[in-house]
Amino acid sequence: MQLFDVVFYLFALVTIVSAGIVVFSRNVIYAAFSLLFTLFGVAALYVMLQADFLAVTQVLIYVGGILVLMLFGLMLTSRVVSVDIKGSSVQTAPALILVALVAGSLAGIFYSTWKSVPAASSAAVTTTPLLGTLLMTTYLLPFEVASVILLVTLLGAAFIARRKRKA
Amino acid sequence: MGALEHVWGEFASWLPHVQLAHFLIVSALLFAFGLYAIITRRNAILLLMGVELVLNAANLNLVAFSHYKMLSLDGQAAAIFVIILAAAEAAIALAIVLNIFHRFQTVNVDEISSLKE
Repeated sequence: MQLFDVVFYLFALVTIVSAGIVVFSRNVIYAAFSLLFTLFGVAALYVMLQADFLAVTQVLIYVGGILVLMLFGLMLTSRVVSVDIKGSSVQTAPALILVALVAGSLAGIFYSTWKSVPAASSAAVTTTPLLGTLLMTTYLLPFEVASVILLVTLLGAAFIARRKRKA
Repeated sequence: MGALEHVWGEFASWLPHVQLAHFLIVSALLFAFGLYAIITRRNAILLLMGVELVLNAANLNLVAFSHYKMLSLDGQAAAIFVIILAAAEAAIALAIVLNIFHRFQTVNVDEISSLKE
């Protein structure tokens, strides 16, 4: 077992265990903070897949943006007086069976189909300039559409979240 | 028992050499956890966290295939767009959730069943 494998199992364990805490925790604040470790673990797996730009993007956008937004949402929507901070779950038994089936079949398919794939070249490449070129050539139209979507999102979120003035 | 031991022996000898399928299995587990959260959680924001887990699982698949199959970074470009859309989705959804909270005083998705007051 080489260093790569050890590091992979470490980060895979961090990712999976903290994802489990996100899903099974009764306390929504614990769930939110363990989502942090899940996202960091996925970023580390991106690094192991030589996706350096994506790893940094993951940390910046998911951890710095989305997670903070969710924490804000949790804090603003949990009533302090009634301490309604429990995240109750319903239908746990059938959901557990269904999800175990889905996970088992997915993992089985992945294992049996891609059990022996030739190892990728371990030569270090910097993906950032290549991705920038790709975004400006092949994916130019989706890139522009994404910028329009972000503008619409900005306006829409500000408009929806604004408190209506009582007439 | 012999067949089971044979399968397990094969799996145990495969396990230490990390390659494509390892990443895919991690992503399958992430997807399953996200699905579980979407099914069972009743707090709208925890539901959103389940959606983020599912999106992360899909992204991990895209990047893993992009690395191991030499798909010339197309998978990573797709993953970037997924991240952009996830950010937009989270912002809009949280704005809607905050509005719902002001109106109904709850974020339990089972209790939010009317369009008008």
